[in-house]
Amino acid sequence: MSFASDFLNIALVIAFVSVAVSQVLSMVRLVIGPDTGTRILALDTMVVNAIGLIVLLGISQGSNIYFEVAMIIAMLGFVSTVAYARFILRGDIIE
Amino acid sequence: MTIEVIGAIATAICLLVGAGFTLVGTIGLVKFNDSMTRLHAPTKVGTVGVGALLLASMLYSLTYNYGSAHEILIMAFLFVTAPISANFIAKVNIHRRSCETPPEPPKDDTWGTLNVPDADKAVSNPVNATQS
Repeated sequence: MSFASDFLNIALVIAFVSVAVSQVLSMVRLVIGPDTGTRILALDTMVVNAIGLIVLLGISQGSNIYFEVAMIIAMLGFVSTVAYARFILRGDIIE
Repeated sequence: MTIEVIGAIATAICLLVGAGFTLVGTIGLVKFNDSMTRLHAPTKVGTVGVGALLLASMLYSLTYNYGSAHEILIMAFLFVTAPISANFIAKVNIHRRSCETPPEPPKDDTWGTLNVPDADKAVSNPVNATQS
């Protein structure tokens, strides 16, 4: 039992570190991105990484209340990505 | 090997798989040098990475406290919406002409959303077709 819980704790720490590093790397691409599509893609990736971080926080605290937060961030991320792309494509969001 | 040991090890393996796919996809986002190529890498973050993390959350809640399958909702939502947003970003890349020239399509003369092929002009705009 102690081996399994130690393995789980180490894997949780590794997952936290790598998802946080992914968040920072996609923010680097957001800053240096040469064109608009890359910046929208970096924002979308940051939203997905934020969902991953919230799910990891829910695992590490052992609570179930972070599910709604991740769900709402997923919906808002999709809507904001489509709105950005729509604004670049058409010059307007709702026409 | 009780059920808690198996659940903890499966949770840890799912966490490692999700973290690895997330990190590799974002490194691909930083290192690739064309905008269409950059579109390829983070879709793995959106499907396999977050999917494995949500699967780890489900296995953890099944192992240690009461089971919850609510994460299937987030997983299904992400799997449905990831191709749509990727398609929109590809359309933005085509529209801004920021990708390199795409390869020649096999049959028509255009890939994208900007030019209407000659075979479709009579259908999409019949007034100009009758004038010309």
